[in-house]
Amino acid sequence: MSDARISLTVDGTQIQALEGQSVIQACDAAGVYVPRLCYHPDLPPAGHCRVCSCRINGRINSACVTPVSQGMVVENDTPALNSDRRVIIEMLFVEGYHLCPTCEKSGDCELQALGYRLGMAAPTLPYLWPQRELDATHPEIVLDRNRCILCSRCIRASRYEDGKSVFGFEGRGIHMRLTVDGSALGDTAMAAADKAAHVCPVGCILIKRTGFRTPSGHHRFDKAPIGSDIEAVRSVPKT
Amino acid sequence: MAKPRLATCSLAGCFGCHMSLLDMDERLLELIDLVDLDKSPLDDKKCFDQPVDIGLVEGGCSNEHNVHVLKQFRKNCRILVSVGACAINGGVPSMRNLVGLRECLEEAYLNGPTVEDGGTMPNDEDLPLLLDRVYPSHEIVKIDYFLPGCPPSANAIWETIKALASGREPALSYRLRKYD
Amino acid sequence: MMGTGARELREDPAAARPEDAVLIDRIVAEFGRDRTRLMDIVQAVQHRWGRVSAASVRAIAQSLGIHAVEVEDMVSFYSFFSRERKGRFHVRLSKTPVSLMKGAAKVAQAFAAASGAAIGTASPDGEFTIEWTSDIGMADQEPSALINGTVVTALSPSDARSIIAALRAAPADVDPPVFRAPDPRVAALPQARVASHIMKAGPIIFQRRRRGDGVRAALGLSPESIIQEIIKAKLRGRGGAGFPTGLKWKFCRKSPGQQHYLICNADEGEPGTFKDRVLLTEAPDVVFDGMTIAANALGAQSGLVYLRGEYAYLWKTLQTVLENRRRLGLLGSNICGCEGFDFDVRIQLGAGAYVCGEESALIESLEGKRGAPRDRPPFPTERGYLQQPTAVDNVESFACVARIMENGSDWFASFGTRESTGTKLLSVSGDCAHPGIYEVPFGITVNELLDQVGAADAEFVQMAGPSGQCVAPKDFGRRIAYEDLATGGSVMVFGPGRDVLEVASLFTEFFIHESCGWCAPCRVGTTLLGRGLDKILKHRGTLEDVTALEELANTVTRMSRCGLGQTAANPILTTMRNFPQVYEARLLPYQFVPAVTLEEALAVAVKVQGREPVDETEPV
Repeated sequence: MSDARISLTVDGTQIQALEGQSVIQACDAAGVYVPRLCYHPDLPPAGHCRVCSCRINGRINSACVTPVSQGMVVENDTPALNSDRRVIIEMLFVEGYHLCPTCEKSGDCELQALGYRLGMAAPTLPYLWPQRELDATHPEIVLDRNRCILCSRCIRASRYEDGKSVFGFEGRGIHMRLTVDGSALGDTAMAAADKAAHVCPVGCILIKRTGFRTPSGHHRFDKAPIGSDIEAVRSVPKT
Repeated sequence: MAKPRLATCSLAGCFGCHMSLLDMDERLLELIDLVDLDKSPLDDKKCFDQPVDIGLVEGGCSNEHNVHVLKQFRKNCRILVSVGACAINGGVPSMRNLVGLRECLEEAYLNGPTVEDGGTMPNDEDLPLLLDRVYPSHEIVKIDYFLPGCPPSANAIWETIKALASGREPALSYRLRKYD
Repeated sequence: MMGTGARELREDPAAARPEDAVLIDRIVAEFGRDRTRLMDIVQAVQHRWGRVSAASVRAIAQSLGIHAVEVEDMVSFYSFFSRERKGRFHVRLSKTPVSLMKGAAKVAQAFAAASGAAIGTASPDGEFTIEWTSDIGMADQEPSALINGTVVTALSPSDARSIIAALRAAPADVDPPVFRAPDPRVAALPQARVASHIMKAGPIIFQRRRRGDGVRAALGLSPESIIQEIIKAKLRGRGGAGFPTGLKWKFCRKSPGQQHYLICNADEGEPGTFKDRVLLTEAPDVVFDGMTIAANALGAQSGLVYLRGEYAYLWKTLQTVLENRRRLGLLGSNICGCEGFDFDVRIQLGAGAYVCGEESALIESLEGKRGAPRDRPPFPTERGYLQQPTAVDNVESFACVARIMENGSDWFASFGTRESTGTKLLSVSGDCAHPGIYEVPFGITVNELLDQVGAADAEFVQMAGPSGQCVAPKDFGRRIAYEDLATGGSVMVFGPGRDVLEVASLFTEFFIHESCGWCAPCRVGTTLLGRGLDKILKHRGTLEDVTALEELANTVTRMSRCGLGQTAANPILTTMRNFPQVYEARLLPYQFVPAVTLEEALAVAVKVQGREPVDETEPV
């Protein structure tokens, strides 16, 4: 990343960016929240969820994989885009098996939080009731694939941050699943301290014996909508 | 002018949503001023005998009787609201959807570790037959509004009824929109 | 399943024999222990053992020094690799609207009855597995099938019975066939033949010229001038997208890199297309001429042909063609005696994944990974194969390149229309008297084409395959050209009595099967589109369902990551637009109808509990 300054317009407001930044990085730095799910600031982007899709110079593309360029025009917070994003959130809800009342990630779950923020009362697409394996073989970590949204954060974290490649995909299309480097998670090099154990946006990868420590109503997204932290940057005057 | 009529039912649920409704404390008095309670487990009225304005459905459809009641509600209620996680996606009862009905019944009544003497499949005529899986209410009938939560808070229920009874679109604030 | 048994389910002691691991290591060594050659390695293992077991995955990973999960990630992606052992003879029938209207369902039943294997399973004696597969590129001679990877065509139910009898009597596989060689027992079948059906040879592609003419003609030009000629000829990509070839080469040439690569996209997977198959059968040299010219223009030393797995039967003959070219100095070092002009071609076989026709997915596959498309930018011309500047062009585009060099850009541009110069190979199939290949100048109307192919009574035409559009008679006056009805070559004709919605449903099923799964809107969206259409097809849809389906289709189109997802809703959207009456005729006049009936939902309970539902009449 060089220091070259680039200016672009997001929803009519001009923001500054550095050459080499992605649209989502530039927006984050400027305090503009682009809804996202598979993107994680510490990991290379992968473009799975398409929730961060924006209309960029007239074409829809994911903000996490699009590099900024001088004079770029980005539409982000529009009713049309937010409606399409909400449909994707619904798709992920009906594709897996997301039972929020029984999930210890509830309140800290980014999928749920996006549902809240984008105004989803309930998914209305038909539920697909998948058959997926639950893996509790690891002494410290549980892997509940019913809640997996195939965002690949754990795959990327394990490969690029932990240097382990514990996770991967298996199969294709609607039959795609998260798989592990061994017959079960307990056989892999996974450790509870790994980055991969702490980047899951949903309740698929959980550390055992830590759930429900925070009382209901006191979780991250009980207090403020997802993205509020990013938007807070905007109200702070730059020095 | 007559007050709007309100009906409620609990299908494959735990009555938790009804408990949450009762949990609105002193606002219950306001509620009684706002609506007339029609067919509901709360007043034990068994049948519909006049058109109802607002129907609240708790629970998903797990058996044929649930479907029957839900269809009755759709027929008799002008506005039908799916209330709570079970009505919305099947909730806890829907955990059986990951197993399959045959396996589920056989494990419970024939092959499970607590079954004695080979077991028997319960088959009394008074027991409604189970559906192949638990269905969310909107996959069985047309639903007009969804009120999520397990249960939805008393505040959320109150706000929803208040809006519907006064002819407004219910719109939950961020704080009241909860899936758990 | 819940919780238990992950270990038992996945462990595979039968294939963990040490001697197998030694053999696998030898295979890996044969491909230089090169991770990017994983496609070949896995294909060799699949070929040798009839499957790629968990133990084989581990052995391959160990020999390559990578994680097993990376091998599994790739292996599990492709249709032609299987975890489980299939029958000794693995029959895969092409399932397309065209194959079905030519009787594929009856052929499948005959295969099933004769072999004792229900469709989708193996026979109890382990001899046969009968399955459906996506279009195998034989639309002009359906019903067709792959048996142990070898194509059999124009099948009737009696063919199916005689094939099963012949294979049953064939010797057991004492020595499995050498990698890439066809199974001789299948190749010996009289049905194991593929006809070319060139019904109309036009002025450009199928003219007879001396091998290498185009390459020699280009030698007199500088690389920039070659590119300039291609730009002047206004050649556009023949795979269907229509990107100007010369411009692509210009970008690629000026991209810095250690090496420039050239890829010929022969992953002809769009249902209904078979023109690349015919081109590679009848005129492979003109394609390799084009590649060699491109190599000259781009300064590329390596070319790759990505040949779809279904066309594996062409592999050996193409190798012979390449050998001859090397012998004649048309490939290898100092091509045509020109000092420093070095270029050679390797053929990579695919393994049954439509999405690999998308150029960046194809590159991923060539690098030995799952065929998931990449995000752009960077474009392949900047960072493609092995992160180097790469030009990916269609088989037919390369043939055009050779002809442009032979006869000049003005000559080429004198055919076709202003925006779509030259001719187009069309693969015509379905309800027509003369299915086959037609080389026609761009600008021909659908009506004119239908007259040529003998389909005066066509009721609708699927142009450009499932990802294209379903064209109604009111639009038969439209022209086949990039600026009007664009096509990569697939033209499926449907006559009286064919059901538009059944066809749309089969195409939607195709996309469900071929979605790579990388992005959510396509992975989940395609399945949901199938559900929605199915409901309407089963006469359980309402006007609200149609509206919802259209909205969903538009979201999938807008939000998907690559061309597959962006066009996966086309069968639904274009039939909604062009045949609204077909939808209307199926709708129920209610506000809401559930997707299932109570009887359907109770069927299991009635069976398990052995009694009928309770009759709950409304209490008065």
